[in-house]
Amino acid sequence: MKLSAKIYSAIIFCFLFAPIAVLLVFSFNEAKSLSVFSDFSVKWYVELFRDRNTLAALKNTLVLAASATAISTLLGTFAAVGINRLRSRWYRAAMNTVTDIPMVNPDIITGISLMLMFVFIGRLFGASTSLNFGTMLIAHVTFCTPYVILQVLPKLQQMDNALPEAAMDLGCTPLGAFFKVELPEILPGIITGAIMAFTLSLDDFVISYFTAGTGFETLPIRIYAMTKKTVTPKMYALATIIFFVTLTLLLISNVVDNEDSRKLKERKKKK
Amino acid sequence: MKSSGASRTPVTYRAALAPYSVWSVLFVLVPLIFVAFYAFTDNDFAFTTENITRFFTAKSNIVGEDGSTTEVRTYVLIFMRSLKLAVISTLVCLFMGYPMAYIMARAKEKTQKTMMTLIMIPMWMNFLIRTYAWMTILQDTGIINGLLGKIGLGPLHVIGTETAVILGMVYDYFPYMVLPIYSILAKMDLKLLEAARDLGCGSLSVLRRVILPLSMPGVISGVTMVLIPSISTFYISQKLGNGKFFLIGDAIEGQYIANNLHFAAAIAFILMVILLAAMALLKYVTARFVYGGD
Repeated sequence: MKLSAKIYSAIIFCFLFAPIAVLLVFSFNEAKSLSVFSDFSVKWYVELFRDRNTLAALKNTLVLAASATAISTLLGTFAAVGINRLRSRWYRAAMNTVTDIPMVNPDIITGISLMLMFVFIGRLFGASTSLNFGTMLIAHVTFCTPYVILQVLPKLQQMDNALPEAAMDLGCTPLGAFFKVELPEILPGIITGAIMAFTLSLDDFVISYFTAGTGFETLPIRIYAMTKKTVTPKMYALATIIFFVTLTLLLISNVVDNEDSRKLKERKKKK
Repeated sequence: MKSSGASRTPVTYRAALAPYSVWSVLFVLVPLIFVAFYAFTDNDFAFTTENITRFFTAKSNIVGEDGSTTEVRTYVLIFMRSLKLAVISTLVCLFMGYPMAYIMARAKEKTQKTMMTLIMIPMWMNFLIRTYAWMTILQDTGIINGLLGKIGLGPLHVIGTETAVILGMVYDYFPYMVLPIYSILAKMDLKLLEAARDLGCGSLSVLRRVILPLSMPGVISGVTMVLIPSISTFYISQKLGNGKFFLIGDAIEGQYIANNLHFAAAIAFILMVILLAAMALLKYVTARFVYGGD
């Protein structure tokens, strides 16, 4: 790499990591200040774990993310299997468009549109508040599923379609062929898709904000409420923890993905 | 069971797709229809175009610095401001991101992977907190002004200016610009560049006549991926703009909080229509002028 290229990348990475570095450092600040570092301390972490509301929000976020991941992984995997074998061209085009919509549409429009529908249906049944855990779960599954499909579909396309057919010729039922032959082939895609769904759900603020009821607070919503007032380093401690958890998940998903492409290369070599 | 050669999709595969098809209709398509429905109805769900006309005609007074008042169309002004800030941020991302993507694509394979991970890591820090962190860095008592003060400069008032809002947008959406351009540049056939050089092209004209045109698909998807979230954001402007630069996302959020769902839907509807039109235009322009007419 040329020197100029090195300098340029260094500047860009400084820009990208400046706020993260500030966060990390000041989460260990003894004083309450977010700009003057006085002394090293973990007191904000201790305080964080004593904050009942934040812990409740953390629990809510994890429950929501886990449920949304389970449902969207199932829904998305089966959808990908179906899309991969679609013969009708217009049906395929329709599925691709519908899968693109939640990814291309601004989050605020996805959030508003779901909220309007939930509120309308709620009113129809005379409910005063129609937004709750269920509506949030639906919203999260809706924006997570396309990402699962996008991870699984390429794995299906890499797979030799003759494999499940051979299994069926040898007496497997279609369902048996799916579980014994197709599933093991596409598993890495399912795992990376699930991890992606989990991190997206964990991190989402905008769509949650519009579809959350008053009784169900997730972490991003709590953070939003907290930043309306003055923020203490406690929130930085929280951000640091979330950051490292997500980072670990992504590294795992990377390892799964690399392992898979390595295997694929080896198999190609053997042929 | 013979599935190859049959003209219909086998029943099992149709059944596998069915739940997602139903889900998409119920929770992707129908909600979008609800946006239009709310936009064109009043509180009793009777048809009206008032919400839409309100967007284009509502007026308010702005008090200038010299105390004079000017009458402006409130929401048209907000929309034009959002558009301006989003376009500037997108251009800044493009001019910062293209060289970065180019450097990455030309690096060793291992370095490429590391650099890509480094570009993506900030995306996994909650965006509310990232934005808030910038606020503490830039404020008058923040780190930057603290450092400037030590060498006898400053303070720079950044928070509450358009520059701060643009900086926030650029920071938050920069990876969305770099990654698509990088993936196109990394796949580019190096022989083409050699061929151009052999045929007498200088470095600059290789860039202008070969690399840039070939990387256009990446540039276009990068531009879309930055423009869409930055035009519809509603948090960055509140924090870094000190609430002075109300954007279209803030307008939607404000109407939602005030429980004016029909007007919120109307703003969302107009935003959606304009974005769709912009996408179509972008597609048309690239097809017509970048790939030469066909």
